Amino acid sequence: MNENDRIPKKQLLSLQLDLSKFEPASDEEKEQHVHMREPSTFFRDGMKKLFRNPLAVGSIIVLALMIITIVFAPLIVPYSYEGMIEVDGVRDKSAKNLAPMTYSKREQEAIDRGEKIFPHIFGTDALCRDYFIRVVYGARVSLAVGLFASLIVLIIGLVYGSVSGYVGGRADLVMMRIVDIIYSLPDLLMIILLSVVLDPLLKSSIANTSLEKIGTNMISLFIVFGLLYWVGMARLVRGQILSIKKNEYVLAARALGAKGVRIVRKHVLPNCISVIFISTALQIPAAIFTESFLSFVGLGVQAPMPSLGSLANAAREGLQSYPYKLVYPAVAICLIVLAFNLLGDGLRDAFDPKLRK
Amino acid sequence: MWKYILKRFGLAIVTVFIIITITFFTMNAIPGGPFEKEKAPDPAVKALLEARFHLDKPVPVQFWYYLTDMFRGDFGISLKTGRNIMQTINESFAISAKLGGIAALAALAAGLVLGSIAAIMRNGVFDRVIIFFTTLFVSVPSFVLATLLLLVFCLKLAWFPVWSAESHSYFLPILALALYPMSYITRLTKSSMLDVLGQDYIRTARSKGLAETKVIFKHALRNALIPVITYMGPLVAYILTGSLVVETVFTIGGLGSKFVTGITNRDYPMVMATTIFLSVLMVVATLISDLIYKLVDPKISFD
Repeated sequence: MNENDRIPKKQLLSLQLDLSKFEPASDEEKEQHVHMREPSTFFRDGMKKLFRNPLAVGSIIVLALMIITIVFAPLIVPYSYEGMIEVDGVRDKSAKNLAPMTYSKREQEAIDRGEKIFPHIFGTDALCRDYFIRVVYGARVSLAVGLFASLIVLIIGLVYGSVSGYVGGRADLVMMRIVDIIYSLPDLLMIILLSVVLDPLLKSSIANTSLEKIGTNMISLFIVFGLLYWVGMARLVRGQILSIKKNEYVLAARALGAKGVRIVRKHVLPNCISVIFISTALQIPAAIFTESFLSFVGLGVQAPMPSLGSLANAAREGLQSYPYKLVYPAVAICLIVLAFNLLGDGLRDAFDPKLRK
Repeated sequence: MWKYILKRFGLAIVTVFIIITITFFTMNAIPGGPFEKEKAPDPAVKALLEARFHLDKPVPVQFWYYLTDMFRGDFGISLKTGRNIMQTINESFAISAKLGGIAALAALAAGLVLGSIAAIMRNGVFDRVIIFFTTLFVSVPSFVLATLLLLVFCLKLAWFPVWSAESHSYFLPILALALYPMSYITRLTKSSMLDVLGQDYIRTARSKGLAETKVIFKHALRNALIPVITYMGPLVAYILTGSLVVETVFTIGGLGSKFVTGITNRDYPMVMATTIFLSVLMVVATLISDLIYKLVDPKISFD
């Protein structure tokens, strides 16, 4: 220890440290201290856990591949989901119910002439339309329905649940009675009922607007989701908020004069966001299921727009001759739902604070 | 306790009333009456018909007539077939009840057994196989499953006859209906069984030298059953809505397929009656399962 380090004591009883009593840390010790634990956040921790789960990673890959396909396939495949196949600008009526990867007579002639014809990867349907592009569009519609429906559920449930849970008291009681009643309604039957009724009601009001293409059934599906399906989410959010509200940091925030909205936004929601997020992810397959069910009953998307459910339903005619028409959309639905289910499970394992150790 | 039962009963009655109200008024909101066809009937005939079905009265009065008629078991007549709807429901529900009842019991029994086995043999080969298949079945929509079963086992392999007037083969429809709830119950039983097996009283039971079968059946399974009871309501709801699909695919003339044809034909009285009938069944099932749950679980307090 050299002379300069020695600092003279100012006072006898001062608490000033005597540096001579300390030993400098060796480089090894410094290293160990720095790398004892890498800095991490809740989010990064969860992601790490998620990516260690092979099932979750597999489902992310499957979903990513599917999304890439449904985004880019319509750019590559030169067919449309609604129009008949055309050869040299003329409608090809011989291209009916082709098996996968085969060509119609006239297409074959065109190929023999040296023209290039894009193969029908999944064959064609009874109206001479390319089946692959229809399945791609069907997957687009089904995924969009799933995402939008869960978004609607999330927003309504979040607002309603937060208000009910945070305000509490009599308002909570009344709001939860309403939820109880809606919760005990048989949702699928009510959806069918409302879709049946909303169809003629909406038809005139959306005529000649951009909404016409989606069809009344889709709109009524979203309306019904907005009316009925949010109650589960509202209950979840309310329960979370009630338990978080009891924490000391909320009391501290209130003592500092924070307003209700700020407390909910800054303190309560960030603490229950993971649970809500997981529940939303699991809502997507449920919505896809519901959409395919409605398509089966004949209340799905408006033809010629396909959805996976309506494609599978249409394939029931001529099932014995063309079973692959059922198989493609069915496999697509199962893959999407399975992937979302497994991803939701993985997210829950990774992010649910109750399951973390 | 009685207060709780009364409260649940009250809620159920309110729910049923709301369902009837929603059904009636939504059906009434549809533009155009049943006698406004392209070929307009004679005004006098139309007036007579409307008077016969109380269509000339204001809507609230019509609602009152509908309610009172319904309590007498009269749902009106089908617009399509002209038959009494209550009679149709009576006839077709017998088939649906048999199908759904067997499917529900099979799903429950198989789900409980498979779930318990999966929990006891955790991480074994058997557990993995069970969980693989149940995860798969939970991801297949019922109509896809039903159609695939029909295609493979009825049409291609011809192991089972197609449903017709002469041959009633319930096996495939029941399978199509039961696989999803069975898988769900299996997963539910497994997780609740694993939860129970980790409890202190199981360790106590084992440490005092009880035989493993006794530990499982007497201590573990009975407690693991409690969460499964709460699934009874949703199970009945699933079976009833699932039967719409399965009956249509297998062309079984049950209530479900009547409902679906009612929808496609826009046969509003039929849709109304079936919706109300099925909804009441579901509400009753939920009520019963809630009450059993509260009675069975000692940890629940009645407040």
